[in-house]
Amino acid sequence: MSIDTETARRVAKLARIKVEDDALPALAQEFSAILGFIEQLNEVDVDGVEPMTSVTPQRLKRREDVVTDGDQQPKVLANAPDSREGFFAVPKVVE
Amino acid sequence: MSDLTKLTLAQTRDAMRKGDTSSAEVTGAYSKEVEASGALNAYVEGTLNIAADQAKAADQRIAEGDAPDMCGIPLGIKDLFCTKGVKSQAASGILDGFKPEYESTVTSKLFDAGAVMLGKLNMDEFAMGSSNETSVYGNVVNPWKVDDRDLTPGGSSGGSAAAVAADLCVAATGTDTGGSIRQPAAFTGITGIKPTYGRVSRWGIVAFASSLDQAGPMTKDVRDAAIMLEAMCGHDPKDSTSADLPVPNFEAALTGDIKGKTIGIPKEYRMDGMSAEIEKLWSDGTEMLKDAGAEIKDISLPHTKYALPAYYVIAPAEASSNLARYDGVRFGHRAKLDAGDGITEMYEKTRAEGFGAEVQRRVMVGTYVLSAGFYDAYYNRARKVRALIKQDFEKVFADGVDAILTPATPSAAFGLGENMDPIQMYLNDVFTVTVNLAGLPGIAIPAGLDASGLPLGLQLIGRPWEEGDLLNVAYSLERAAGFVAKPDKWW
Repeated sequence: MSIDTETARRVAKLARIKVEDDALPALAQEFSAILGFIEQLNEVDVDGVEPMTSVTPQRLKRREDVVTDGDQQPKVLANAPDSREGFFAVPKVVE
Repeated sequence: MSDLTKLTLAQTRDAMRKGDTSSAEVTGAYSKEVEASGALNAYVEGTLNIAADQAKAADQRIAEGDAPDMCGIPLGIKDLFCTKGVKSQAASGILDGFKPEYESTVTSKLFDAGAVMLGKLNMDEFAMGSSNETSVYGNVVNPWKVDDRDLTPGGSSGGSAAAVAADLCVAATGTDTGGSIRQPAAFTGITGIKPTYGRVSRWGIVAFASSLDQAGPMTKDVRDAAIMLEAMCGHDPKDSTSADLPVPNFEAALTGDIKGKTIGIPKEYRMDGMSAEIEKLWSDGTEMLKDAGAEIKDISLPHTKYALPAYYVIAPAEASSNLARYDGVRFGHRAKLDAGDGITEMYEKTRAEGFGAEVQRRVMVGTYVLSAGFYDAYYNRARKVRALIKQDFEKVFADGVDAILTPATPSAAFGLGENMDPIQMYLNDVFTVTVNLAGLPGIAIPAGLDASGLPLGLQLIGRPWEEGDLLNVAYSLERAAGFVAKPDKWW
């Protein structure tokens, strides 16, 4: 399957990665090569096969639905590029 | 004692217990090696002050007489592990300056057992790569050298592999999503084991592809791998996929007796164009196991061919989801914004600046295969093929096979910069990736040298949860192969 530059642009947008216009054709070509490699999977007969959800057949552990952690605001914010008054700060979201 | 850095983990442990040396002395000897190893670029952050304090505490514990095996052992820690107060960037620019407020479960267990941290080790960015050329810190150079070229140590745990091979630590932590412990171990002539999925807690290890990632030890020999693996294993309530199973004494499993064990030789691993050297290494290994009393059985794993393409759907899909957290809000890098830029521009510029080319490529491929209209055709199909790959293994194990012998890699280490096509690079993992897809334990051990004098490795694949048996087969093969070569020191 061949990926065009419009599809490459859309995927970059979905992934929230800025790609300059002049870089899109090369990116589309790379995607095409990788997807071409993946296309081999179409040769496999997967009729009646369930998609794997867990590689080990174990039931996930349950626990009481109670708070087990918290009260660590300074630690949570310690690595933030911009934090103010106990919050993460980001550019204006709502006009 | 002289040559402290040449000792294995077991020898170092025993020497400390006998009082022939101390952790402070061993740590001091390794610290000198670390400081003089800049040309290899294996360490990205030295923590020699922390190491000195840990060594002192370890010596105290040893003197008191109740120290665990790992007590006092100087380790290198892959940069993928979060270490409290110490820069942990997964070798990525997007985690620039990130100092975790917490300690990963694996490193907690190792430090609680008294292990010493010499520093953080280089790797491919977010563990995405097979040559250690995608790191924001630059390439790691393989300590093995046969001409004027700088060779890759393999990846993604390239810093770990180079550090162990060059005696810059007793042992190192690695992680393996598609071969990232076993391929670099093979390229540097050391031992590396990826345990069964769920054996080791993933908590506090920067996630790449959560259904495939497992941590494991990279060591100078099989005994060391057994000792360190045991210290890393165990159930962790903070990782819901970690198995609540008892952890056996792996070192005690090393009897060297494999009489009556059945070793499978999968015909699908005999690839077109396989080099004569790899072919010979594999058949020599088969003979060694046979001579040790194992029964050799030809087996078929019919879906092997589809493992790499399935992996290159599943791993990028999980990565695109896991790496969505790097948005410039809570940690790491945030791009400088222009007037009028909103939050979307902040995300897009931050991620374009922070992620390297290979990470961007995989995140976008993952986004594509998960997007509306393609989810069934790619992602669900890959998960179905994954189920078939696992069934292939289940069938041969049900037929009485105890372990499977394969080459670890299709070639010896190649030159840095020689292998730039992404798909060619992906083929490095052709023998190892099936093991991650099936969740099985796999170990790479050095088994010989190629014509130019570079190490080559063999891989053994075991039954789920039977790392002890697998290590014992590897131990038997290690003794028969008698690999003792070391790189000449040029750095």
